[in-house]
Amino acid sequence: MPEILNREDIHTFKDLVLSLSGQDVSRCIQCGKCSSGCPIAYEMEHLPNQILRFIQLNMQHKALSSNTIWLCAVCETCTVRCPESIDIAGIMDALRKLCRERKVKPGDPKIAKFNEIFLDSIKKNGRVYELGLVMKYNMATAQPFKDATLGPAMFGKGKLRIPPDKVKDPSPVRASFNKAKTFIVSVLKD
Amino acid sequence: MTESSQDDNIELLTYSEVENVEGFIGNFDVTIRKKARSVDMSKCTGCGECIQKCPTKVLSEFDMELGKRKAIYIPFAQAVPNVPVIDRDHCLKFTKNKCGVCQKVCPADAIDYEQKDELIELKVGAIILATGFSLFDWTVYEEYGGGRYKDVITGLHLERMLDTSGPTGGKLIRPSDGREAKQIVFVQCVGSRDEAKGMPYCSRICCMYTAKQTILVKDHIPDSQSYVFYIDIRAAGKNYEEFVKRAQRDSGTVYIRGRVSKIYDRGDKLIVQGSDTLSGERVEVEADLVVLATAVVPNPDAIQLAQMLNIPYDQYGFYTEAHPKLQPVESVTQGIFLTGSCQFPKDIPDSVATTGAAAVRACAVFAHDELTIEPKIAWVDQEKCSGCFNCMEVCPFDAIISEEVNGKLVARVRESICHGCGNCAATCRTKAVNVKGFSDEQIYAQIEAPFLEEEVEVA
Repeated sequence: MPEILNREDIHTFKDLVLSLSGQDVSRCIQCGKCSSGCPIAYEMEHLPNQILRFIQLNMQHKALSSNTIWLCAVCETCTVRCPESIDIAGIMDALRKLCRERKVKPGDPKIAKFNEIFLDSIKKNGRVYELGLVMKYNMATAQPFKDATLGPAMFGKGKLRIPPDKVKDPSPVRASFNKAKTFIVSVLKD
Repeated sequence: MTESSQDDNIELLTYSEVENVEGFIGNFDVTIRKKARSVDMSKCTGCGECIQKCPTKVLSEFDMELGKRKAIYIPFAQAVPNVPVIDRDHCLKFTKNKCGVCQKVCPADAIDYEQKDELIELKVGAIILATGFSLFDWTVYEEYGGGRYKDVITGLHLERMLDTSGPTGGKLIRPSDGREAKQIVFVQCVGSRDEAKGMPYCSRICCMYTAKQTILVKDHIPDSQSYVFYIDIRAAGKNYEEFVKRAQRDSGTVYIRGRVSKIYDRGDKLIVQGSDTLSGERVEVEADLVVLATAVVPNPDAIQLAQMLNIPYDQYGFYTEAHPKLQPVESVTQGIFLTGSCQFPKDIPDSVATTGAAAVRACAVFAHDELTIEPKIAWVDQEKCSGCFNCMEVCPFDAIISEEVNGKLVARVRESICHGCGNCAATCRTKAVNVKGFSDEQIYAQIEAPFLEEEVEVA
C-alpha cells in the first residue's frame, strides 16, 4: 500500500523529533553523506538518510520499526560530516526513545533488550554490574552460554566480579532517569 | 515597456506582425502589418468607458481562460499602450452588424470600425529576435487525465490565480467548484526531460517558479500544504538554492523525488500517485488542485519566422546562435541577434542579460561606417559565369543575386552575407565561383607541394 500524505499531519513527526532531539529534519537535503560514511550501514534495513526521509514524510512506523535505529552505534560519523549540521546520531537516539515509549516492536529486539538491561543495571546500581548484565542478557535472549568461555580469563584478571558493584548513593542517577522520563512524557503529551 | 514607449528614439509598433524581411546586415527591408485596432490611437485617452459598456464577453486569453474579457479590451492591466483593441471575431458590430455601443459612449470619438490593416515598410540595419516561447500541450499525458480534470492546471493558470488583479482576485480556488484549494500538488517536468512524450531538454524555469508559487500559496492560504514531485531540483543561479530551501523550510513545502505516475479522481478529489525514491516508498496524495510545470517549447510559428529571416534553428525550433560560447546572442546570419526564450528556455535574469548583450551587439554594427568581415568568402568570375544560377539555389544564406553585366545575367555574391561555406563553388559547372583562399589552383598547389622534387627554400 502506498503511503498517504496528508496536510493535517505531514509535519507531525518532524516536529516531534525536533522537540525530542532539537534537530530540524526539514533541513536535510538528502545528500546521503550520512549513509555513505556509516560503518554499520551494510547491516541496516534502511540507510540513515532514508530514516530521515521517513521523518520528513511522516512515515512514523517505518522509522520506528526499522532495525537501523537499533544498529546505530552512535559513533557520530554522520553527525560530524553532515553538511547541514544535523545531529543524525541524536535523532536515532530520539527514535529509540520513541520506539520504547510507544512500545513499538523493535527492529532488532536483541539490541533493544541489551539497552534495556544495561540501563536497568545503571538505574539500580548507579553503574553497570557487568556479570549481572551478561547473565540477564544471555537469559533474556535464550543463549545462556554465549561468551561463557571468556568468563574464566576475565575473572582471573579481575575484570568481572561476582557481587554487584554499586555506587555509594545511586539516588542522583535515579533522579536523572526520572528527569529524562518526565521530559519524554511531557514532549509526547504536547 | 512604458519607458520605451515614451523614449524619443524608440518607435513601438504594437498589435503588428512582421510580414516579410529582405536584405542583409545594415540594409534590411522589413514589411510590417499594423493590424486594424479599430480604435484611433491618437484620439483614445484610455478612459475605459467602451470596455465597461461593451456587452460581449469572451474568455480571456491572458487569464488562461479562467476569466472573461470584453470584445473591446486591453489584454492586461499593464499593457502598453493603454489603448483598447476590438476583437473582430467576437464584436457584434463585426459579426452581426449590431450594437455599436462603444462608438456611442466614446467621449473622444476614437472608435473607428472602418480601420484597415496598414502595411509599413521599414529600412533597418539590425534585427533582434525576442519572440518568446509557448507551453507544451500536456494533454498528451493520458495518465494525468489528458485534460479531462478541471482541477489539473498549469503553472501559468496558477500564476493568474495568484495575481490580486487576476480572474479570481488573488483567490486560489478549484476551477471545478470554486472551493478553496488546501492540498496542492505540483508536478515538475511535464513534457520536459521526457523523450517518449515530450522534449528531451530541461525547461530551466520550472524549478524556480514552482518554488515561488509554493511560497505564495502558503502566504495566501496559511493552512494549505504544497507537495512538489520532482526529478532533480535545478536551482543553479544566484541565491536560487537558498530560495528553494526557503520554500522547503519556511513554507513547509514537501518535495518528493519521483515522477508522478498517474492522476485520477476519487469523489471530488484528485489522487496523485507517485513514489519517493529517497525513502523507496510509494506515496499518494489526495489533492484539491494539481499544478503541472509544462515544458517550454518554441512558438508554433517559430520555424516560419526563421525561414523568413534566413536564420538556422535547432531540431525543436529554437533559434541557433552563431557560437554557443563566444557568440551567444548572434544568429549565424549577420545583423540578426537573439535574446530570450526564442533561443532556448531562459528565466528573467538570463533574458534581461542577453537582451542587453544583443542590443549592444546591434549598436556595434552601427558604430562603424564599414563592416569588417571574414576574408574567406565566395566570389564570382563574372566572365566565366554562364548564368545558370545553380549557386543561388544551394546558398543557405541567400547571399547570391543576379545582376546584368554587359547585357548578360550573371551571379554576384553579396559579401556581407556570404559565410564562405563553399556550396556555390562546389556546384558551379563553369568553375566561375571560388572561395577566396580556396580556389582550385590553390588547393592543387597544396596537394602537389609535398611531391615537388626541388627543395623549396623556406624564408
